[in-house]
Amino acid sequence: MKIKTLGIVSGRRWISRGFSSISSQPLRVCVVGSGPAGFYSAEKLLKSQQVAEVDIIDRLPTPFGLVRSGVAPDHPETKIVVNQFSRVASNERCSFFGNVRVGTSISLSELRQLYHVVLLAYGAESDRVLGVPGEDLDGIRSAREFVWWYNGHPDYSNLDPDLKSIDTAVVLGQGNVALDVARILLRSTTDLAKTDIADHALRSLQESSIRKVYLVGRRGPVQAAFTAKELREILGLKDVYIQIQEADLLKSPADEEELKSSRIQKRVYELLSKAASSSDSHPSPGQRELHFVFLRRPEMFLHSERSDGKVTGVRCEKTILKANGESGKQYAIGTGEFEDLECGLVLKSIGYKSVPVDGLPFDPHKGVVPNIRGRVLGNASTDPAIIEKGLYVVGWLKRGPTGIIATNLYCAEETVASILEDLDKGLLTPTAPTPGREGLVQLLDSKNVRFVSFDGWEKIDAEEKSMGSLKNKPREKITKWEELLKAACQ
Amino acid sequence: MNILKSRLAQVSSSAIIELIRGRFSIVSRRGYSVGVCSRRVQPSRYHPFSTSSGNGSNEEGTQQKETISVTFVDKDGEEKHINVPVGMSMLEAAHENDIELEGACEGSLACSTCHVIVMDIKYYNKLEDPTDEENDMLDLAFGLTES
Repeated sequence: MKIKTLGIVSGRRWISRGFSSISSQPLRVCVVGSGPAGFYSAEKLLKSQQVAEVDIIDRLPTPFGLVRSGVAPDHPETKIVVNQFSRVASNERCSFFGNVRVGTSISLSELRQLYHVVLLAYGAESDRVLGVPGEDLDGIRSAREFVWWYNGHPDYSNLDPDLKSIDTAVVLGQGNVALDVARILLRSTTDLAKTDIADHALRSLQESSIRKVYLVGRRGPVQAAFTAKELREILGLKDVYIQIQEADLLKSPADEEELKSSRIQKRVYELLSKAASSSDSHPSPGQRELHFVFLRRPEMFLHSERSDGKVTGVRCEKTILKANGESGKQYAIGTGEFEDLECGLVLKSIGYKSVPVDGLPFDPHKGVVPNIRGRVLGNASTDPAIIEKGLYVVGWLKRGPTGIIATNLYCAEETVASILEDLDKGLLTPTAPTPGREGLVQLLDSKNVRFVSFDGWEKIDAEEKSMGSLKNKPREKITKWEELLKAACQ
Repeated sequence: MNILKSRLAQVSSSAIIELIRGRFSIVSRRGYSVGVCSRRVQPSRYHPFSTSSGNGSNEEGTQQKETISVTFVDKDGEEKHINVPVGMSMLEAAHENDIELEGACEGSLACSTCHVIVMDIKYYNKLEDPTDEENDMLDLAFGLTES
């Protein structure tokens, strides 16, 4: 099987108009990661530097990062942004190299030798851990793994979570990802069948016996991290009974202060209050249930001798809020009082975490690459800090795993501005010819790495859409590595 | 009520549109970042410009469609005057005229990378109250201001 598509590379002649007075070479940039941060950066670089040549590599055969594997299947409008990214990829100065993994296919230092600029935009592909006993039990997953599973990420197509021998799930965390996974568990599968949800996930959800989902947060409704849009959506789900304890909605003076300073929190709180007061006292027969559980901190995961290593519940400590000095923020402290929630599935939605690659300075505590406005700082704690020449970072790897797609627009603007400044100062002027794309292709060739070009992705895309149209879905995602690679080289 | 005041001023700019029937003007002002456009504008002064009356009898007289005249100001202060059919969104108008404007969801009301600030309270008051869904999107907008 031959997938390598060299056509996109050969035969092109770049007109070098000279990006600086010294060099006549184009500025050669490699963006690692093809999610929103990577594509927005590529777009800005291509626009601002008429002689820049931008290659975007991704470890997957498919582009668009979390727009494909993170955004919920029932949020198709959020994915429209891929049209814009596809236009970027079709720029003749831009190339996509899928199925190329930094760290295994090619090392970071090799990339840095090939390009003037290496811009890391590979996000956060791991999870924060709670660090409480029992976290390794069966039936406990990170929300990320669950999301990647229902979105057809090829690394998680075999996750196969047990949804049919249990009736209750606990979601730990109260952000939008927590709402996404809760909504997918609760939503009618007739609705989901019309989305681009992975087929294996749809089938599993159709057989699901889960009736009840707890959404557990350490702090109160005033501090919940979700946004009003996602909250309104789940509160309005058909045939789902919402339970919110009215007692949890009592506000302290410190809560009132927090609400005053945040429009989002104020609107979220109002939505929760309204839902609490308009909800019936009991679910009606056949209704699924969503319980908002505030002021609870997971203490340990429970299992029984009969459960055979499988989780049977979560022991939570009740908490109260304490003001944190000047910041005005409040944090949760334990009260020593405990309560058990029985469940057969736990999804931890407490945050994503980035993973470093060899040769990359990394702050393991913050889970980001140390940087100044996108310029990567060396590991050594020298003063002033040493800047890694030609190495930049953008997106979640730069600022941590928060924000919406458009946040990356501003994040990319900042990093690209740093690159252009450094270019102006002559810091990126190559001393020797830099091979760029041609060198990358040669190196991948010598290592026998079969990359997928954007044309290859378009073949995958076309096949997915055509399979989807047979089922009245926008697409049927291909979820296996070998099938993706096969579709790319058809 | 929403009059928009930015605390996230470091990002781009904004276009501020006053709406009246068949006529509007766009004002950009530094410090107001509306995703409407990812363009920066000149320092700290209003750029009020506007509008000609738009009753179809403009230079494109052959066209039957009623148009209004709109001025876009980019981040460098450069102005572009275009005629826009009544009813067309600002995002479409910009894209049709090769004006760069970020709009991630392409006008499907699923993000707030582009939105409009109505500066003049008189015109602001002519608008219907924002729907819950619009407000939900605005929660996430850059450069949101109180009203």
